[in-house]
Order: sequence, then structure tokens, then C-alpha cells
Amino acid sequence: MSNGSHLSDTVTFPQSDAVVAPDFGKRRGSTSQTQPLPVSLAARELRKSYRKGHMSIPVLQGVDIEVRQQEFLTIVGKSGSGKSTLMHVLGTLDTPDSGCVLFGDQRIDNLSPGPRDRLRNTKLGIVFQFYHLLPELTTLENVVLPSMIRQSVWKYWRNRRQIRDRAQRLLDRVELGHRLRHRPSELSGGEMQRVAIARALMNEPEILLADEPTGNLDRHTGQQIMGLLQSLNDEHGLTIVMVTHDSALAEMTDRIVQLVEGRVKD
Amino acid sequence: MYKLLLCLRYLRTRYIALASIISVMLGVATMIVVNSVMSGFQSEMYKRLHGILSDVVVEAQSMEGIQDPKILEAEIHEVLGDDIAGMTSTVQVPSMMSFQYRGEWITRQLNVIGIDDETYAQVSDFSRFLLHASNRERLTFDLPEDGYDDRLRGGAGWIYRRIRAAQEKFYREQMERIESHKAALSEQSPTTVQLANHADELPFSTEPEHDPFAGVATEDDDQHAFDPATETHTGIVLGIATCSIRTRDQHGEPIDVFLCRPGDDVKVTLPTAGTPPKAVHKNFTVVDLYESKMSEYDSSLAFVPISALQNLRGMINPQTGVATVSSIQIKLRDGADLNAARDKLRERFPADLFPYRIQTWKELQGPLLAAVQMETTILNILLFLIIAVAGFGILATFFMIVVEKTRDIGILKSLGATRPGVMSIFLGYGFSLGCVGSGVGMVLGLLFVANINRIAAWLESITGREVFDPTIYYFQEIPTIVTAGTVSWIVGGAMLIAVLASVLPAVRAARMHPVEALRYE
Repeated sequence: MSNGSHLSDTVTFPQSDAVVAPDFGKRRGSTSQTQPLPVSLAARELRKSYRKGHMSIPVLQGVDIEVRQQEFLTIVGKSGSGKSTLMHVLGTLDTPDSGCVLFGDQRIDNLSPGPRDRLRNTKLGIVFQFYHLLPELTTLENVVLPSMIRQSVWKYWRNRRQIRDRAQRLLDRVELGHRLRHRPSELSGGEMQRVAIARALMNEPEILLADEPTGNLDRHTGQQIMGLLQSLNDEHGLTIVMVTHDSALAEMTDRIVQLVEGRVKD
Repeated sequence: MYKLLLCLRYLRTRYIALASIISVMLGVATMIVVNSVMSGFQSEMYKRLHGILSDVVVEAQSMEGIQDPKILEAEIHEVLGDDIAGMTSTVQVPSMMSFQYRGEWITRQLNVIGIDDETYAQVSDFSRFLLHASNRERLTFDLPEDGYDDRLRGGAGWIYRRIRAAQEKFYREQMERIESHKAALSEQSPTTVQLANHADELPFSTEPEHDPFAGVATEDDDQHAFDPATETHTGIVLGIATCSIRTRDQHGEPIDVFLCRPGDDVKVTLPTAGTPPKAVHKNFTVVDLYESKMSEYDSSLAFVPISALQNLRGMINPQTGVATVSSIQIKLRDGADLNAARDKLRERFPADLFPYRIQTWKELQGPLLAAVQMETTILNILLFLIIAVAGFGILATFFMIVVEKTRDIGILKSLGATRPGVMSIFLGYGFSLGCVGSGVGMVLGLLFVANINRIAAWLESITGREVFDPTIYYFQEIPTIVTAGTVSWIVGGAMLIAVLASVLPAVRAARMHPVEALRYE
């Protein structure tokens, strides 16, 4: 297993004003058809089942999926179709019973804890339905958190100004620059989700995984979040994989994969 | 970094943590207070116990005593050499003391120790406990004019003795006059009864408080008529509790009621050195009292000049003029090894060849010291159990916090926090709880110790019950000793327990599956 160079611990800080790292924008519809971009994240023959007493309930029954760079992919399916489990397996939060997950050309589903945690911290950004902000921390601290996890106390202390600046820019980008010192309990659902997105972007991930990001929001706020995700995808070429059960939202994205009973429906 | 931030943030925002902090704090404070008071008591006791005893005692097994003390002393000098700071011989003998109080004869059992007033001060701190200031500097067995401590001021010494003697004389003269009147009247008229009743109305008709001379003068070993107003017997120094009773006045303040004071005469009966021992008695004049505040000593020991005792008991060989003694007391220089010195002496004078018993002062008081030591140990074990209980409190609290924070742990893991990272949050949390708890506990404990007597007084005023009864302990206030070693041991132990208590919850937190943790409601 090789993970040396790919997941190296080197820390870089964007000196530009760019919010998201690969700032080459997206030329939608023009180049992608003639010259397809390389695959960023792929799943091969994923199988996963849960045990309930003596019963084994299959959730994923051989899922194959490919996500290309700068793509905004939606996975839709009814509840119980296994889309959340797929998301967790893709995000290395859970392990499949069989099959594999590839990040670029590297297998990531069977990584040992250290490299796996580092991958999750540096290459993946995850957004959840219930925002999952830490209630004890302020907005700014929540956004800074992934950077804190990444670095030692000493390194963090040396770079704290840059890190805070970056967190602030990210919060400005999600239009929450004025609520830095607020606790999550003082924010609305839409605001919390935007903080969660800013947090997911903190360490310049290569892929953003969003698990029902609008599932807990009203239609209008959901639209705002979708708009934000789309603009991140459009302007910064951020690869996004989103899970939703709302087909109307799915229509707004590049590609839709439908999950039915643990299989991708062609 | 996030570990530090979360640690501090949890500490500040989780009120449940306050419970753990308080339990650690109380445990630490209690341990510090109890340990300080216990070691204060112990050291006070050591001081008192050691006050009268010399470091090493070579004691004769028989009543006859050590036949040739000079040779033995020279031998001891040879064995111990420079370690000796002082040496003296004493004669100890069990005896009985009688004195009169309000016309009643009161008898006390005594251990009379004959001491050499020149050298005894070199081997023990005995003179520190004397009530007369000049005797404290240099002990003499002469009766001073006055100048005892407050309790005896004006009521002891030569001044007191002369007043007593005058009263006594006056009383006797009155009695004689009445007797002669009675005799004359009984011859003349039948009104005797009426006149005889006048005896009760005389100026000194109430019997004198002390009547130490009644019956003493006639039995005195001096052949000439003894005049108590100008003469004294051989001096004796009594333990304060042999001739006084500690009680409370109407305000509840502890006071000493003296049955016999410096200036009074007492009669001592003791066995002679011969076989079989015969009882002899002699009058002594109390010249001073001592108060070591060790009730065992204060209620049983009396000191007289060694020569008086040797004479009385027939311990002087009429041929050679050598006086025997019953023990030799040795004081070692500071820092000398007590047990090593004892062992050297034991080696030189093996018990099967020499009739000597060689003991250190600690062995002489062995059972008492051992009891105190055991008390301290058991108390510490019990208190440590209390802190262990606090530790389980922390354990339970931490499990609750981990359960409460399950979702946060899931979030941290999804953001890439490692197992050791999550674990160290909770270990660090435990450590900081321990730090804060034991730090505050230490400060509280030390403040409590520093003000313990004020707190005792305050408790007394609130509850109306005396917390610390000076009539029992003979201490004016609660003694305390704070040693840095004990305090750091307690604080360190408490911190260790706090960290140990957080290990299990921390491991549990670290092992949590991120997806399950995130789903946790």
C-alpha cells in the first residue's frame, strides 16, 4: 500500500485570496465531453450489510460509481436505499464488507487508522444533514477546527493568524463574515449548514461529500445552500458528491446516480 | 491544538465537571488538614515525650543499681566517643508522697528521680518545663522568693511559706490558749461548753487551707526544732498533675487548682536499696513544679537531688564512699544515629553478661509511639479511600460526559481527529480537573490549617461544644505541621487518581465508531 507522497503531512497555505484551492474554474460542457477529466473518487463492487440479531440486512449490494474531477454528482434514492451508507464508505467513516474505494489511483477503504484520519482531514470535506457543529465552539473556532486537528500546537500557534484569516475568508464566502463569535445555538439552520460547508473547505479538500445537506432545511434555505454548492463547483472547480432524496435539487447538478435497493440503477 | 481548546472549553462549560472538581478539592483539603494536625500532634508528643528522657538510657536491672557508675561512664565514653553530647547518672525509685490539704492527708504514687542538677540539664530538656523562670535557666533545689508563672504568682515560694508558717504558728498558739482556757475553766465553772464554742469564731477558726506542717515537724529527721518560717527541707520538683487538678471556673475557662504549692512540705516514702527493701520516709519542700504537658509524666514524676536519694536509700558504700546509681542517661550530639549508638552499647554490654538494660527513648515510650504511628497510618489509608471514592465519582462523571459528547466525538473523527487525539482530550480533561481540584483543595487545606484555631473557636461559638478541650490535651491550641513533601504527595496522588479515572472513558471515546457516534441522539 502506498500512501506516502499522496497523503504527505506537508502543510501549505494559500497565499492567494482564493477560497478553494484548485482555482482553475470549470469550463462546463466544452472540454469535459471531448477530453474527460481524470477520475477522482471511485467505488468498485461495494458490498455492505448490517447485522440485526441473527438477520443480516444487505445495504449495499455491489455498487460501482465513479466521480470525475470538478464534477457535481448527485446520488438519489429513497430512504433505506443505502445512500447514506455509501456516503460513509466513500468518506472512509465506514468500511465495506467487500469491494474497494479508490481515491485517485490509491485504495483508501482499507487504510490503517493514521493515514485514514489524515486523508479524511486533508483531502475530504464532509457536510452532514444535521450540520454537526461543536456546540461549545464559536463559528470561527468551528471553521478553524480541521486546521487545528491537522497541525501540532506549536505549528498552529505559529500560523494562527494565517489560519484565522483563511477561516474568516471562508466565512465571508458563505456570507457569514459578521457572525464569527456566535455559538451554533445562536444560528439558524441555513447559517449552521453554511458554517459546516466553510469548515469542510478549511483544509482545501479535493472532494466535498455532502450527505443530505438540505434535508433539514426549508425549501428556500435549501435553495440557498444548493446555490452555494453550485457556485463552489462552478467558480472553483470543486468536486462535489451530494446525497439527496429530492430529485428537484438533483436536477440542478451535473450527473445523477440513482440508488435502488443497494444497487446503482442504470 | 484542538485537544487543548476542547479540554479548556469543556472544563468551562460542563457544570457536571464542577462536581468532580469539588470532590477532588474536598479530598485534597481534608487530607492536608488531617495530615497536618496529625503530624502536629505527633511532633508535639515527641517533643513532650523526649523532653524528659535522654536519648539513650543504660538502666540497672536490679534495685541495687549500678555499682560503679564512674567506670561505666568511662567505658561508655570509649564506646561512643564523639557522639556523646552529655551524660548524667540518675536514681529512679517508685515511692509514695503524702501531703496535707485542708487538713486531709492526700497520698500520691510517684516515681522519684534523683538527678544531678549540674549535669541533668545537659541530657534532657526537662528544665524548659519548669514553672520558675530562673530554674528554667539553671535548676537549683533552693526555694525561690517568688516569681513563678501567672497561675502561682504571689501564692508560692518563700513569701508564701512565711505566711503559711505565721498562720500555722498563730493557729497553734490560739489552739494552745483555748486548751489552757478550757483546762482552767473546766476546773472553775460549768460554762466550758459555751466558751469552747468560741473556737469556731477565732480569726483563723476556719482551718487553714494548707496545713502541711501539722505532724511534720515532730517527725523531722533533724533533731533540733524545725522552723518552717526560716528553714526548708531538701528541695523536690513535682509534676504539676501530682499536686493540682485541672478544672474549669464558672466561665468555663480551664484553671488549675493547686493542692500543694512550691513552699509547702511533702512527705515521701520510698524503699531502701537493701534486701529486703525497707520503707523510709523523708520530708521535702516543694521548690518548683514542672509541666511537660505529657500527662503521664506530669502526674507521676518528681525530681530530687541525687545525693539526697542515695543517702536516704543507703546507696553509698560506707567503705569506699562510692554511690551507686540506677541508670545512666546519655544525650547524643545532633544528627547522631540513635539506634547505632544503642547497638554499639549493647554490643559492648551484652545482656547475658551485664545486668543493664540499654534502650533509646523511643523504645522506652515504644507502645505509645507505635500507637500514634498506627493511628496516623490507618487514618491515611481511610482518607486515601475517600479520595479513591472521589476517583470513582470522576470515573462516573467522565462516562457521563463521554456519553453526552458522543456526537462531538463522531464529528471530530469525521474531521480527521485520530484515536490518540480523541483520547488525549479526555485524559487532558481528567488531568486539568485533577489540577484545578487539587490546586484549589491545596489552597483551601492550607488556609484551613493556617486558621485552624480560629475555625475551632468559631465552631465552638456556633455549636456551643468545645472542639478542642485543653483540659484533656494540655495543649493551648491545636498543633499543626505542614510539610512540603506531604502536600506534594497528596496533590500528586489526587492528580494521578483523576487521570487514572479518566483513562477508561477516554479509551471508550477513542474507540467509538464515527458513524455510530454521529447517529447518536
